[in-house]
Amino acid sequence: MALTKADFAERLFDELGLNKREAKEMIELFFEEIKSSLEKGEQVKISGFGKFELRDKSSRPGRNPKTGEEIPISARRVVTFRSGQKLKARVEQYAGAK
Amino acid sequence: MTKSELIEALAGQLPHLAFKDVELAVNCVIEQMSETLSAGDRIEIRGFGSFSLHHRAPRMGRNPKTGEAVSLTAKYVPHFKPGKELRDRVDASRDSFKIID
Repeated sequence: MALTKADFAERLFDELGLNKREAKEMIELFFEEIKSSLEKGEQVKISGFGKFELRDKSSRPGRNPKTGEEIPISARRVVTFRSGQKLKARVEQYAGAK
Repeated sequence: MTKSELIEALAGQLPHLAFKDVELAVNCVIEQMSETLSAGDRIEIRGFGSFSLHHRAPRMGRNPKTGEAVSLTAKYVPHFKPGKELRDRVDASRDSFKIID
């Protein structure tokens, strides 16, 4: 089962004693703050975890993989994530049982 | 924006919480995300995106300094897929804001 906002809020309640409403509000604001920072063109670096970066892509020719029809892909700004050394090292140790 | 700037921004919006608690909460969320991924589980935040692991097959690499061949074992790397709301918001504002660190 994937981890969701409810699981984050639950842990803030268990570990820090925030009440359920405060915990939920904190989680909502946490992700909203990162989104609005990226929306304003500001990249977000979370030390020990990783960096949410922005990239401006120019338009390029694309293709509908089903029909083979050519459709241009418009210029756009995209979000990419680069994991930090610490997270990479922790994840690398995962042997892959799931 | 850095982690400490994120903590400050959140503390400003949560005046009823002590600054220290906001700091602890942010670290708690980040630790929980790292733990989840390290255990091979996915994270799904609607409107923000999802994190999962991608497998990397074993391969022969090279030490860039000595040119010596080294065998690299299979591993997992974290992957983030932005959600629709994040993708749309970031793209919609691209003409109004330059990319900054």
